Amino acid sequence: MNDILRGDNLTCIRGDRPVFSDLAFDLPPGRALVLSGPNGSGKSSLMKIIAGLLPAQQGSISFCHDDMLDDILGDRDWISQNICYLAHKNSLKAEMTVAENLDFWAGLEHFDGDIGEKAALIGIDHCLDLPVCYLSSGQARRAALARVLCHPGKIWLLDEPTVGLDSEGVGLLAELMDGHLCGGGRILAATHIGLGLDPQKTGQLNMQDYRSRQQTSPREAPLW
Amino acid sequence: MVRLALLIIARDLRLALRHGSSVTMVVAFFVIVVIMFPFAIGPEQNILQRISVGVIWVAALLSCLLSLDNMFQGDYEDGSLDQFVLSPVPLELVVMAKFIAHWLTSSLPLIIITPLLGILMNLPERGYLPLILTMLVGTPALSFIGGIGASLTVTLRRGGVLLSLLILPLYIPVLIFGVLAVQTSVAGQPATEHILLLGAFTLFSAAIAPWAAAAAIRAGLE
Repeated sequence: MNDILRGDNLTCIRGDRPVFSDLAFDLPPGRALVLSGPNGSGKSSLMKIIAGLLPAQQGSISFCHDDMLDDILGDRDWISQNICYLAHKNSLKAEMTVAENLDFWAGLEHFDGDIGEKAALIGIDHCLDLPVCYLSSGQARRAALARVLCHPGKIWLLDEPTVGLDSEGVGLLAELMDGHLCGGGRILAATHIGLGLDPQKTGQLNMQDYRSRQQTSPREAPLW
Repeated sequence: MVRLALLIIARDLRLALRHGSSVTMVVAFFVIVVIMFPFAIGPEQNILQRISVGVIWVAALLSCLLSLDNMFQGDYEDGSLDQFVLSPVPLELVVMAKFIAHWLTSSLPLIIITPLLGILMNLPERGYLPLILTMLVGTPALSFIGGIGASLTVTLRRGGVLLSLLILPLYIPVLIFGVLAVQTSVAGQPATEHILLLGAFTLFSAAIAPWAAAAAIRAGLE
């Protein structure tokens, strides 16, 4: 019961279109939750809601701590300390080098470890002095993942972390995620391909199970 | 907190320097707009002298508009703005730091080049110091007020024109007191009250702009 990040009864409406409703999840420490579902099923929206970037029309996200239930939906301080969000976009400045980008974000997040060492973990250390605009999309994604490693937050929200990565990169990422889980971290990842995570530590959340009822018209119901 | 703000300012300055062209373009635009007037009006020294202060101020307002568009646009497009919202730094401090960086990269170069344009426009000798002083006091308000507009239009594609329409009317007080202060001191009278009013306007905009812009960005990202 302790230390569980729990979402309850979450409903998301973008514009007039209901995206998902009554969504619930549990995320204990050391576990990963993989979001799957077709494009537009609300994987990114769910992450943005957890990160406080989007409001939820309904529902709550809470964190059980010492038998106390803290509502963390929109709690800026808690989110900034605990959540590290990797979006579709890499949040890197094309004009600055990888090292300058990482230094900047690490400085903002009060990270005082060795950035070069973290970059080496994801295999981007040889590009530290290159401007981001010279990198391939896979290399830029690795640099963005290095930013995640330089973040003190223990809850990773990874939106399509493997986009552009080669098989070696996916392997490195799997090792890193496993290490993060073993260290008591949590991961919520949206992906279309296998991440190579230990199935025992990984839960699945299929977004299609929570599609809003208004959205599915009777005609779409299976005929058999 | 101050260290974090300095970190953001340093990053924006570095980006502006790497991107070089943006600063040079603003200064070049400023110079060209001012140069247009002698061509349009003719080399009549008295007339040039009378309109010089006003022309320089209007050109400064327009040049400042040019760079407003980019204040948050780049960060929005590459996702950095999301990360700023999530970071432990209050968004109000982030936008304040960006306002300051904007002032350093767009208004300060204009102020430095202003004496040269004063010569072009036959500005009376007594006008130089007051002009530079009023620009130092007044131009920060351009970045603060403009920043509110930039944050409101950040999620719109091609929001530049809308931004100008929103912001230019709000620049009028700066223009009035800025020009008035220089003209009274050229006429040999003390201009303290005009400069104080200009300073009051700058401080007022500094007090409201960070909150307004941060709220606009939060609403825009949703």
